[in-house]
Amino acid sequence: MIELVDVHKSFGGVEVLRGISAEIGRGEVVCIVGPSGSGKSTILRCINGLEAYDGGTVTIDGVRVDRQSPGIKSIRTQISMVFQRFNLFPHRTALENVIEGPVYVKGARREDAIPRARELLARVGLAGKADAYPAELSGGQMQRVAIARALAMQPKAILFDEPTSSLDPELVGEVLAVMRALAEDGMTMVVVTHEIRFAQEVADRVLFLDHGTILEGGPAKQVLTRPQHARTQEFLRRVLRPI
Amino acid sequence: MTRYFADAREFVPILLQGVWLTIVVTFASLVLSTLLGMVWALMRVCRVRALQQLAKGIVNAIRGVPIIVQLFYIYFVMPELGVTLTALQASIIGLGIAYSAYQAENFRAGIEAIDKGQVEASESLGMSWGLMMRRVVLPQAVKIILPPYGNIMIMMLKDSSQASTITVAELTLKGQLIAASTFKYTSVLTMVAVLYLVMSVPLILFVGWLERRMQRARS
Repeated sequence: MIELVDVHKSFGGVEVLRGISAEIGRGEVVCIVGPSGSGKSTILRCINGLEAYDGGTVTIDGVRVDRQSPGIKSIRTQISMVFQRFNLFPHRTALENVIEGPVYVKGARREDAIPRARELLARVGLAGKADAYPAELSGGQMQRVAIARALAMQPKAILFDEPTSSLDPELVGEVLAVMRALAEDGMTMVVVTHEIRFAQEVADRVLFLDHGTILEGGPAKQVLTRPQHARTQEFLRRVLRPI
Repeated sequence: MTRYFADAREFVPILLQGVWLTIVVTFASLVLSTLLGMVWALMRVCRVRALQQLAKGIVNAIRGVPIIVQLFYIYFVMPELGVTLTALQASIIGLGIAYSAYQAENFRAGIEAIDKGQVEASESLGMSWGLMMRRVVLPQAVKIILPPYGNIMIMMLKDSSQASTITVAELTLKGQLIAASTFKYTSVLTMVAVLYLVMSVPLILFVGWLERRMQRARS
């Protein structure tokens, strides 16, 4: 469904992506792991056109993603994104955040969007928080609202950009639980994460990224427990080191 | 003192005609400058480079020329180009254009203060630029824009006195005329100053109230 072929991207002379090729099928959960600055987030941002890429192609169901083309809006309604820092709309309640896309982008009727949004908030465990403003919610709750907002677009896939990295440790679990449930429901997910254990349990496949290239990729168990590449082994040793 | 009150009884009714024109000039040029300023600001932050540059040029040109020269230009030079305006129209248009530059800079600062993440979240929902501005950016920017906007209102009230230079008989010109014909400069100009203050105080209180409200909203 999502296909990247030899994608290149530079920021002011620094090459962040050096030929990324990957395919993500319908219903697949793919985790992208790797050290900071390896280009993980940039891959996600190229998939929904938040970032332009310099070479190669990104396609969604055969349609080329081009930040400049008018068609990008329709691609973005099909591919939702969940951000590291939530990026909820602070001047709107949780419920209003969730219906914003369906009502104002897709033209749904409010009367239809509201009950659906309430269902989604219930699904992420926030039925009682519909009328709360983001400032009144904890980080974990905000991220779960953001996931509900992404789901409200009825996307083909959701991109998660380090969804738990700015959460207090005790709040990470509630967000991962919601994501795990989504994966079990068959949602196509691309997750940039440092949560190796989550990747191990939930991901179908893991891509290990270093310096803008995919060093290795394959079934989660294989990459995370029997990594072939020395760089991957070293990274996992450091991430998983016992305290 | 009693003489002052006697003067006041005589001159205040005349000055109040000037007050009315001052309010008209201030309000109308406030509306015009707000609309124009919003246009310049949106051009500055839009994604078309040519429009950004154009707005930048316009704002700098307006900022770089004294208000009084702009007023003279509109009132005395435009007729030569075939556009004849009444003094009142010229003063409203002149002040409106002159202040649109400051309005634009204030609006732009407010818009640019909004977290980039808000733009990305809007984009990722498939919003167009216009929808994002209307639903996400501007509603948040208003809170940042309002306190300085109140200050601009006060400045405009006072700068409406510049309309006197192109014969609009607003408060300052009325005062000048009375003072010149009666030689009672002290009492007349004191009344003029007090009248401006009376008009400013509600605005000053309003700005203070806005700032306190914004403070609360942030905490």
